[in-house]
Amino acid sequence: MSGIHVSTKINGDAVEFVCDVEETLLDVLRDKLGMTGSKEGCASGDCGACSVTVDGRLTCSCLMLGAEAEGHDIGTIEGIAKGTQLHPIQQKILDHAALQCGVCTPGFVVAAKALLEKNPDPTETEVRFWLAGNLCRCTGYDKIIRAVMDAAAEMRGQ
Amino acid sequence: MARNPDADSAPAPKAVKTSTIEFDADKAKTFKVVGSRPPRPDGMDKVTGRARFGADMVMPGQLVGLILRSPHPHAVIVSIDTTAAEALSGVKSVITRDDFAENADHHDVLCNIMAREKALYEGHAIAAVAATSKAVARKALKLIKVDYQILPHVTDVDLAMAPDAPLLHADMITSGVTPAPTKPSNIAGRSEFGHGDVEAGFALADVIIERDFKTAATHQGYIEPHACVANVGADGMSELWCCTQGHFHVRQVCASLLGIDVSRLRVTASEIGGGFGGKTTVFIEPVALALSRKAGRPVKIAMSRDEVFKASGPTASSSMNVKIGVTKDGHITAGEGEFRYQGGAFAGAPADFGAMSAFACYALDNVKTVAYDVVTNRPKGAAYRAPGAPMSVYAVESVIAELAGEIGMDPIELRLKNAAREGTKSSYGPKFGSCGLVETLEAARDHPHYSAPLGPNQGRGVASGFWFNFGGETCSTLNINADGTVAIAVGTPDIGGSRAAMCIMAAEELGIPYERVRTIVADTSSLGYNDTTEGSRVTFSSGMAVIKASRKAVTEMCNRAAMIWDIPAEAVTWEDGHAKPSGANAGEFEPMSLAEIAATASKTGGPIAGHHEYNADGAGVSFGTHIVDTEVDPETGRVDILRYTVVQDAGKAIHPDYVEGQFQGGAVQGIGWALNEEYIYGEDGRLQNAGFLDYRMPVASDLPMIDTVIVEVPNPGHPYGVRGVGETGIVPPLAAIANGVSAAAGVRLTELPMSPPRVLKAIDDAKVAAQ
Ligand code: FES
Ligand code: FES
Repeated sequence: MSGIHVSTKINGDAVEFVCDVEETLLDVLRDKLGMTGSKEGCASGDCGACSVTVDGRLTCSCLMLGAEAEGHDIGTIEGIAKGTQLHPIQQKILDHAALQCGVCTPGFVVAAKALLEKNPDPTETEVRFWLAGNLCRCTGYDKIIRAVMDAAAEMRGQ
Repeated sequence: MARNPDADSAPAPKAVKTSTIEFDADKAKTFKVVGSRPPRPDGMDKVTGRARFGADMVMPGQLVGLILRSPHPHAVIVSIDTTAAEALSGVKSVITRDDFAENADHHDVLCNIMAREKALYEGHAIAAVAATSKAVARKALKLIKVDYQILPHVTDVDLAMAPDAPLLHADMITSGVTPAPTKPSNIAGRSEFGHGDVEAGFALADVIIERDFKTAATHQGYIEPHACVANVGADGMSELWCCTQGHFHVRQVCASLLGIDVSRLRVTASEIGGGFGGKTTVFIEPVALALSRKAGRPVKIAMSRDEVFKASGPTASSSMNVKIGVTKDGHITAGEGEFRYQGGAFAGAPADFGAMSAFACYALDNVKTVAYDVVTNRPKGAAYRAPGAPMSVYAVESVIAELAGEIGMDPIELRLKNAAREGTKSSYGPKFGSCGLVETLEAARDHPHYSAPLGPNQGRGVASGFWFNFGGETCSTLNINADGTVAIAVGTPDIGGSRAAMCIMAAEELGIPYERVRTIVADTSSLGYNDTTEGSRVTFSSGMAVIKASRKAVTEMCNRAAMIWDIPAEAVTWEDGHAKPSGANAGEFEPMSLAEIAATASKTGGPIAGHHEYNADGAGVSFGTHIVDTEVDPETGRVDILRYTVVQDAGKAIHPDYVEGQFQGGAVQGIGWALNEEYIYGEDGRLQNAGFLDYRMPVASDLPMIDTVIVEVPNPGHPYGVRGVGETGIVPPLAAIANGVSAAAGVRLTELPMSPPRVLKAIDDAKVAAQ
């Protein structure tokens, strides 16, 4: 089988890789590039644990082929904190104890960040519907929703 | 009490020597760190993606392992031909059951991880391959030829109990029945609990209600699929990295199945992406080890979600009858129930726990429960949060709600009148010690939620629930570092923030800031045996080990200070993180801090550590009461959860955020169980919804905030009064929601999940009946 050569940008850095036709972007991130922050919970687009952004748009990396990353700008969980400086969403998830096992957390961080970039002042209902593509089995979502609302308020300067 | 339902792998009865430390009432008045809400030590790694879970490990030269699974629910395996797969370039090992020696200690586990004579469920492992890539491994699986002779199957519990049902195991003779049956059946065991005379009790009742109930099998639904990397050296020295709730248990079972010494296998527990009981046993780990042994290279196996649904361990489905009698003034005169649970293809459905916990909330003179553990052509069940209790309590609490309606009494009032309390002889035998059911009922009654107005098509439900809680074998080591920081090793994987709780308890004992303590989960070669993270035991048992280890380190630090001051050790006390001279002839010395004592340790006798190992007893039972408001759409049968309040006794909340988190998570899993989640089998015996799209777990937009009230009735068996909190939260919701939906719909619902078609049918049937 012949590999496909792909040039892309991940978290602002130029990245090249060779992948098989059937490999998903998630496989490439995890198995080829060693970026294991994106998780595979289902590989069918139902859990959101693999959330990334593609040119700023929230995407399940398990539903996209690695080859499709050619020429696009990919954002992953690894690129969200700036050095040791956490993004407000990450900080608020910690402050609100909005994680138990934490396997869903990277996906929620990526998804919530995409939400707040589109809608800096969401209602609780809007947050709940936006995050409905991210499954969390541990927390019952309560503390996650509070953390995202609180992060939004802080980012608005309130 | 929450044991792994692997009847087979459950440890032999333990020696009776157990230990507790008494509740320390003086300490409770002066907590400085306990009860605070500091950030958890693993939090930063988890919000940045740095934390390594099961599938995140890579070992040099690692191969990809895949498992061939039976497409048939029940079939004789006539032959397996692996020659073509072995010949494929890139394939490094292929294994079948022939690669495992027979094993009397773990017979069912072995049969489950790799089938021999028969495939017993769709998804049952038949063979496995390790190859240089996933693509090659997939191709190799296709090249394995299996000749099946298909047998009739059964997936329903009541059908499996019928005398003419397809038989799974030709040698299964029901246990617990005298005289023993002469013929095999699918009933693995029968057990009975209770006391008094239920017939005499019913004769005293003014109202008796008897109902049949059913619940569907559900899955724990952890977001992280099972994953492991195994590495077996040519000399047999082996390492295993895996996501598990109990790496010591994994080591024991895997070493036995592979026929190697326990000391040769080092198991490291990865960060674990949820377990809820489902990761208390082995599925892929022995397979990866056997593949690695044969290939001479590390092998990673990660289950797909499809495999998780079909071939890990969901919980039981149930069919039940419950009968309860009550006087007009609300005295329950008798309670009786039969609980039939199927737990998949092997013995071990948690029917006995169901029967034991069914009536545990009540002080009854006459009670009798009977449990049947039944096998069917479904995956072998595993524990799921309070295994067995949610179903039986659902049945009992539904009838209690109906009885309250019949006699015109407030349902919390009826429960309070009959509530189990300290000294009550429990429905399963022992007398309860101090416990907090009454307190949770009173707090629920007084909560504003309970008296808030309801709108049309809305109904409020209430239910209480119980879990035993467990202690078990535990040990922990605490090291005082030279710079005055503290390192703790525990052997219980952290599934919900327990490392934070350990740090809090050590900081409390040592009198130092929380930030100076770090807790890790040690691998199996670094610490003595620890029972699995299950039974809500970790904050209680590992916590007590940490407290004891801290106290030993404190004693040693006092000795060192005494040595430096040249005074008797008894003349030194520990206060606020400092050794202080105390008493008449102690002398005048400046108190020495933990950091100062640590810094000079090399001159006073070397490293300072504390260790404690024990078999924890005195876990203290747990009760909770939930209130829920539901709204039923009479046109579609859809149910919305409008408001939810959890009230539960925590004994003492060490880190209240994570106690609330347990309450909320348990309640929401219960909401899923009550409304949507179910294993759906077709006529062909195959699972029809093995994915998150069709196995519908609650998402954020389905839910309101989950309000919590932490009640604290100290457990006398723990120095801070801690009771486990992890499991009780999933026990009341099934019934609470059923009671709410029944009130809203105007008809009693007796089958879970209460999916829209089922609710709509109940409403329509009731209309027809009324005409
Ligand atoms: S792994 Fe991509 S949505 Fe679940
Ligand atoms: S914290 Fe475990 S799945 Fe969300």
